[in-house]
Amino acid sequence: MDLSTPIRAALTLEKLPRRQRGTVASIDWNRLAEAEARRLRELGFDEGVGIEVLHRASLGRGPIACRIGRMTVALRRAVADTIHVAPLSVAAIA
Amino acid sequence: MNAAPLVALVGNPNAGKSALFNALTGARQKVGNYPGVTVERKSGRLVLDDGRPVELVDLPGAYSLEPSSPDERVTRDVVTGKGSLERRPDALVVVIDAANLDNHLRFALQLIALGLPVVVALNMVDLAERDGLVLDPAALSRDLGVPVIPTVAVRKRGLDDLKAQLTDTIGGGAPHAEPRTLETGGALQRRARQIAASAVVSEAPARRWANMADSIALHPVIGPMLLVAVLFVMFQAVFSWAAVPQDLIDSGFAWLEAAVKAALPDGFLQSMLADGLIAGVGAVIVFLPQILILFLFILVLEASGYMVRAAFLMDRLMATVGLSGRAFIPLLSSFACAVPGIMATRTIEDEKDRLTTILIAPLMTCSARWPVYTLIIGAMIPNREVMPFVRLQGLVMFGLLVMGIAGAYFAALVLRRTVTKGASSGFMMEMPKYQMPQLKDLAIGLWTRAVIFLKRAGTIIAATTLVLWLLLSFPKPPANSGISPVDYSVAGRIGDGIEVLVRPIGFNRDIALALLPAMAAREVAVSAIGTVYAIDDTSAGGEDKITEKLRGRWTLPTALAFLMWFVFAPQCISTIAVTRRETNGWKWPAFMVGYLFAAAYIMAGITYWLAVAAGL
Ligand SMILES: Nc1nc2c(ncn2[C@@H]2O[C@H](COP(=O)(O)OP(=O)(O)OP(=O)(O)O)[C@@H](O)[C@H]2O)c(=O)[nH]1
Ligand SMILES: [Mg+2]
Repeated sequence: MDLSTPIRAALTLEKLPRRQRGTVASIDWNRLAEAEARRLRELGFDEGVGIEVLHRASLGRGPIACRIGRMTVALRRAVADTIHVAPLSVAAIA
Repeated sequence: MNAAPLVALVGNPNAGKSALFNALTGARQKVGNYPGVTVERKSGRLVLDDGRPVELVDLPGAYSLEPSSPDERVTRDVVTGKGSLERRPDALVVVIDAANLDNHLRFALQLIALGLPVVVALNMVDLAERDGLVLDPAALSRDLGVPVIPTVAVRKRGLDDLKAQLTDTIGGGAPHAEPRTLETGGALQRRARQIAASAVVSEAPARRWANMADSIALHPVIGPMLLVAVLFVMFQAVFSWAAVPQDLIDSGFAWLEAAVKAALPDGFLQSMLADGLIAGVGAVIVFLPQILILFLFILVLEASGYMVRAAFLMDRLMATVGLSGRAFIPLLSSFACAVPGIMATRTIEDEKDRLTTILIAPLMTCSARWPVYTLIIGAMIPNREVMPFVRLQGLVMFGLLVMGIAGAYFAALVLRRTVTKGASSGFMMEMPKYQMPQLKDLAIGLWTRAVIFLKRAGTIIAATTLVLWLLLSFPKPPANSGISPVDYSVAGRIGDGIEVLVRPIGFNRDIALALLPAMAAREVAVSAIGTVYAIDDTSAGGEDKITEKLRGRWTLPTALAFLMWFVFAPQCISTIAVTRRETNGWKWPAFMVGYLFAAAYIMAGITYWLAVAAGL
């Protein structure tokens, strides 16, 4: 079972369409403040973990709610922009 | 020395540590369905199966031993024994959420590596089952190298096993192992995930209904509308549901006052008890139903898991003043009382952020203001219907509430650009699973609040009211002099002195008199005004209600200015004290008191002169 087949180039979590599942391809740790990077790790963000955007608050620039592993986490768009996601193909999900 | 062994409950936020603590010790710690409920160390006593007592401590949740906020620092200090007064725990109960294993195991691995004897409580197995997740505690125990006991803290399942295991672990005098070094960052994460994966026996796809609920609660358009509706219903209910029980309490105190007047001869004792104590304290206790209704709403929001959704929706707005959605949670609880609200800011990571939140928390309309607002509005504002279902009194009340929020918004805006300047902080928060609120938790929460409120009424409010009564009653004016007893009394003369200061903003002597004792607690303003007018009663039978007396003596601009004053004035000793404690010094409480009094004076003045100019 190959769940990590990307169907197109990685995009950031900020751009990931809602309900499109993927896995975390990479995180630009060095673009994050130290405390922010640590908290992100502590909340389970890591290469290879399954991820999905659940909601985007207020159409404009509000925070994003995403599912990471089994957890739902809210984060701001600037942070979401450092998280690169490899979307899963529809076939792989089915 | 043979002090009872010290056992600490540690784990990620919202794992159910406090629920477990309550179940084990019979304590009534606050539990709530959002991360960051517990912000300080609390200890209790647990008797093990072999009859030995154990001191159990409940700690704030943390994600690791590297604290990023003050509440996590408390946990780190206790666990590592680094705090000034701490003795190191003899064992740890590591609480993990079974439905969130991969994540919670990360911290669990760090804690196990410390070398202290550990028992893992695999909590919330009922929620894991609800999600279709079946786990194998034995496999988990093998991989972690420590005993693992499945529990459901809220249903008291697994507690006996947990106690038995603790008896074993402590009784055997389990040796403290040497701390082990542990992989860090991603490697630790991966090991946690591996262990979690091998403990899973079977799993079903994620819950659909929870996602559905969030599709509504977090919807970009419906979500904010729902939040506003929830808050509107909350404040509406506070006023409409409370009317009946309030009338009951009111007539109860009226009866008591009459009974005392009938039973005792006219004179010092009768006046002190009836006019001073009963009238004063009664005027405040009438508000118990309103306060309990407000708390009920807040407790339900907290227990259901909606609180973090609200924080999510508010983040955008909070960001415009340099705060984050996280600050919304302490600010909302400040509507009940600023003291727990200020304590709750310990979960805010950024120091400047936290300080700003502390400084604006007193602007949220806390429940101590309602007696003041309700009394003045009830007496001075006509209860006209301005449009269907909206009455003028309710509208003014709502306006005062909004005024507080707007004031806080503006204050944060200014503070963040001046005294608490700093990089704007981020917002990153775990969203808890929705849960049905537990009736028992709600009952405990309400009971705790009721006790606190009644204690306040019985101590601080009763005492200040009595002192005021004494100062108002003596010395007595010479008989037949025609001087009012209040004018002649010590308090009356002090009031004349203060009046000079507050006359420019439209306050009269009676208000000046009420402001001073109301420094202790805002509600005292109500009992103080009640006492002034009870002593100064010129009506034949003394039966004029306080509202009638107000109408006779206050003008509308004065009343409006008085209300505006209370939106801003930091009239609460407890808030000042907790601010001192949370900011470690007098600098910030002094600043807070200064800026809020200045704002109160200016806003009350503007209100008064605008009202006068408008010919009200
Ligand atoms: N279904 C279920 N709910 C639980 C269980 N244990 C706790 N809860 C609920 O989970 C929520 C969190 O519980 P708390 O005891 O406040 O969690 P905590 O670990 O003390 O959280 P912090 O103080 O924020 O670190 C509350 O709503 C509890 O009612 C359990 O075993 N099963
Ligand atoms: Mg707790």
